[in-house]
Amino acid sequence: MGAGHTHQLYRPGDTVVHRLPPQCKLPAVAAFAVVVVATPRDAFWAFGVYVLLLAAVAAVAKVPARFVLRRMVIEVPFVVFAVALPIIGLGERVEVLGLSLSAEGLWAAWNILAKATLGVVASILLAATTEPRKMLLGAQRLRLPALLVQIAMFMLRYMDVILDEMRRMRVARESRGFVARDVRHLPVIAKSAGALFIRSYERGERVHLAMLSRGYTGSMPVIDDLGASARSWATAALLPAAALATAVLSWSVS
Amino acid sequence: MHVPDGFFNASVSIAAGAFAAAGLAVCLRGARRELDDRTAPMAGLVAAFIFAVQMLNFPVAAGTSGHLLGGTLAAVLVGPYTAVLCVAVVLLVQGFFFADGGLTALGVNITLMAIVTAAVGWTVFRLIVRSAPRSRAAVSVAAFIGAAVSVPVAAMGFTVLFWLGGTAPIDVSSVAIAMGGVHVLIGLGEGLITALTVSSVLAVRPDLVYGARGLKTRLLLRTADGRSTEVIDEPAPAPARSLRPILIGGALVAVLLAGVVSFYASSSPDGLEKVAGDKGLNANEQSHVLGDSPLADYGVKGVGNERLAVGLAGVAGVGITVLAGGAIFYTVRRRTRDREKVSA
Repeated sequence: MGAGHTHQLYRPGDTVVHRLPPQCKLPAVAAFAVVVVATPRDAFWAFGVYVLLLAAVAAVAKVPARFVLRRMVIEVPFVVFAVALPIIGLGERVEVLGLSLSAEGLWAAWNILAKATLGVVASILLAATTEPRKMLLGAQRLRLPALLVQIAMFMLRYMDVILDEMRRMRVARESRGFVARDVRHLPVIAKSAGALFIRSYERGERVHLAMLSRGYTGSMPVIDDLGASARSWATAALLPAAALATAVLSWSVS
Repeated sequence: MHVPDGFFNASVSIAAGAFAAAGLAVCLRGARRELDDRTAPMAGLVAAFIFAVQMLNFPVAAGTSGHLLGGTLAAVLVGPYTAVLCVAVVLLVQGFFFADGGLTALGVNITLMAIVTAAVGWTVFRLIVRSAPRSRAAVSVAAFIGAAVSVPVAAMGFTVLFWLGGTAPIDVSSVAIAMGGVHVLIGLGEGLITALTVSSVLAVRPDLVYGARGLKTRLLLRTADGRSTEVIDEPAPAPARSLRPILIGGALVAVLLAGVVSFYASSSPDGLEKVAGDKGLNANEQSHVLGDSPLADYGVKGVGNERLAVGLAGVAGVGITVLAGGAIFYTVRRRTRDREKVSA
């Protein structure tokens, strides 16, 4: 608990991007992802423009490139898949550096890598400039089902608590010399999972009772109202609008 | 298993998103029945638990390790509707906060990993628990089979979506074999750890396991004069709800998907037709018997606008399917009713 209370994914700051209300940022990022997916894969220049757009957002938000790159590790499994695609793909083969690769597979690998990377970077920038709690308040303002938002809120609040409990159990297991090597060790891990479930469930009951005693009636009070002016909507729309213009141009060119 | 952006084309992503939204709407209503006003805090904590358990790596075979999907585990522990909500929230948080899984692929991810695994796992679990003797062992075995079946079924769901709108040029059958083979193994691991976890919870707090509520023996009061009465403290069953809103909603979604989304569906031959064409399989293909029926090749004859024709064909197809399915359902129901009359 000594490490401060900001989330590891969030980079506190006070830039235009940080100050934008979350209910503007969420649809902007989602629209950007949709536009990227709808772009034809042979419009290389369009993807270059998207990279420049995201780089501009990162520069304005003062998110260093190293931070984004480190978080992009999450993509690695699909990079492996994409690298395999040209080798196992169907269709006509082309010779590249002495290897016989599927032309269609190369296209698909490029398509998945480019679009997935752009989506991942956009999400990273969103999470880096928006406090998790604010993000959910924004989702509530966007009329997402209140119950769903509340569940996500409780999950985010207690995620680190539950993860900490799991970590303590692991420390306890390992300090007694336990190493999970093969299937015979599954019961131990399953018992930990069972204990974790009971602890989580009982904590949930305690939380619920504590909230009832403080007057909870099924909806959370909104303390800070996040109003969004037309100007902030327009600012947030800059990214998807620029991307859409690029995409429209790429459709008409090809 | 988290699908990234760009893996499926836009029409499949949108259709899966609509399906996921409809499924979540149904589950939001259902979860209120399972947890009433405790829904938000309990489901939130269970979602945090699922998130943590997904990080718990376990050894599957020598050298490889897998991690839990958790759909069936959650369904057995807290009920199917709450389970779908919890896993869906986990996926939403992973997508928006951790950039794990693409934002446009959220519909696909929620459909496969939350709705399909929880629904299949729970159905299999219930079927076995109902027919087996009431015991803890039966619950654990049922949890094992439910989880072990749910994972390959989700993988097959992925294959079907891939066939409909995958962007990678891989033979669908090889995708099916690869996904199926790997996920049968992963399913076994998932089943084992689900069953062991459920049985360890059953040993400590059997009252917490939603799927084992039938196991509790009823309190029996014996008086001095030898009379005994059973105390029934089970809540009264919820009043039967009208199915009509769900049926109408489902019909609307189906018509919308068939009529509107098929406009945007790719006009190029689908994967199987393409593979068949590439490999020359269709060289001696017979023209379909119904090749000149009014709906042949998904277009209505005599309608000039191609998109309109495809849309109309889609709507008509849904209508025919509903009529045929309804007729079968109706006759089957009639027959069982007649049989009941005979036996009564």
